[in-house]
Amino acid sequence: MDRLLNVTTGLSVILLVMVLISVRRAHIRVEYSVSWLLAAAAMLILSRAHSLLNAVRNLIGLPDSPLTLFLLAGGVFLIMFFRFSIIISHLRDDNIALAQRVAILEYHLQNLRSHENQEA
Amino acid sequence: MTFPSSPDSLLVIVPALNEEAAIGGVVAEIRQHVPGVPVLVIDDCSSDTTIAVARQAGAQVLPLPHHLGLGGCVQAGYKLAYELGFQYVIRVDGDGQHDARDIPRVFEKLKTTGCEMVIGSRFVADNGSRTGAVRSLGIRFFRLVLRPVLGKTVHDPTSGFVGVNRRALNVFRQSFPLEYPEIEALVVLQRRRFRFEEVPCKMRPRTTGRSTITALKSLYYVVHVLLGVFVNVLKFDRRLRRAQRERGAGG
Repeated sequence: MDRLLNVTTGLSVILLVMVLISVRRAHIRVEYSVSWLLAAAAMLILSRAHSLLNAVRNLIGLPDSPLTLFLLAGGVFLIMFFRFSIIISHLRDDNIALAQRVAILEYHLQNLRSHENQEA
Repeated sequence: MTFPSSPDSLLVIVPALNEEAAIGGVVAEIRQHVPGVPVLVIDDCSSDTTIAVARQAGAQVLPLPHHLGLGGCVQAGYKLAYELGFQYVIRVDGDGQHDARDIPRVFEKLKTTGCEMVIGSRFVADNGSRTGAVRSLGIRFFRLVLRPVLGKTVHDPTSGFVGVNRRALNVFRQSFPLEYPEIEALVVLQRRRFRFEEVPCKMRPRTTGRSTITALKSLYYVVHVLLGVFVNVLKFDRRLRRAQRERGAGG
């Protein structure tokens, strides 16, 4: 069990470092990094604080601690993926509307230019 | 293309993606059968010479900056048509499968009935149009599903040969399904109590290019469209109930 929790600690630290490096290099925006950082920090704390993990396990009524940890982590990541799906959907809608507007404005611009050329 | 002055102004829009082999013929045929009517090809970021061929054939072209898919492409045309003040828009596919000789019939139906949408249908009368077995099965399935939703039978719910008036244009420029839009668009209109009619049209077999709906995509198509229909029904029913509640509270 300890080995499993140690692996979780390692993974949490790797995730934390990866997210921080990505934010520093501007690969990920700060507002989208917060949920990853919180999830990694929560996994790190739970994998190290055995008493806290046991309390959570008793609260949920699961047979062992690693299962509790992985269920919690799985739940958190599912919620995060769902949240990102919503964000991506909004971005796609905005992107389509923007592309259509650009195309229509370019069309009007071309028409204006050709009218100007004809008048000249 | 200038702002139309006629109260019956019509624009024919042709969404196209990599249709260089067919688009010239499609535009020429439209101009032959509905002379004087502007043709707008909406290019969904083709990698071939679709734009040049369409312009050469006498069409106006609206090139999209990147690939948006069929729904985004058609909606861009609807938005431009609405901005320019057109009263009617007829959509014809860019692959040459729709017969431009049917455009006047669709236009006439739009004008005389006052309905918001007219569908060029392959199956409303036996006109010799043939379709593949799988597609035919899909059409029958959606006919059954849509019957209770629309309150009447739509013989060819997947037809891309569609005419709309300005009221429908106003709805579609704001909200239009992005993928496989034909069936969902019908539900969107019906939920607003708009009417649609069908006129018999011929559909020719595709001579160039490939259909975007492959065998593998068919299952995804069915699930996607069913979900779209379901969501639209729920969305509009909720709005209707809310409006009724507000009317009840106000009165």
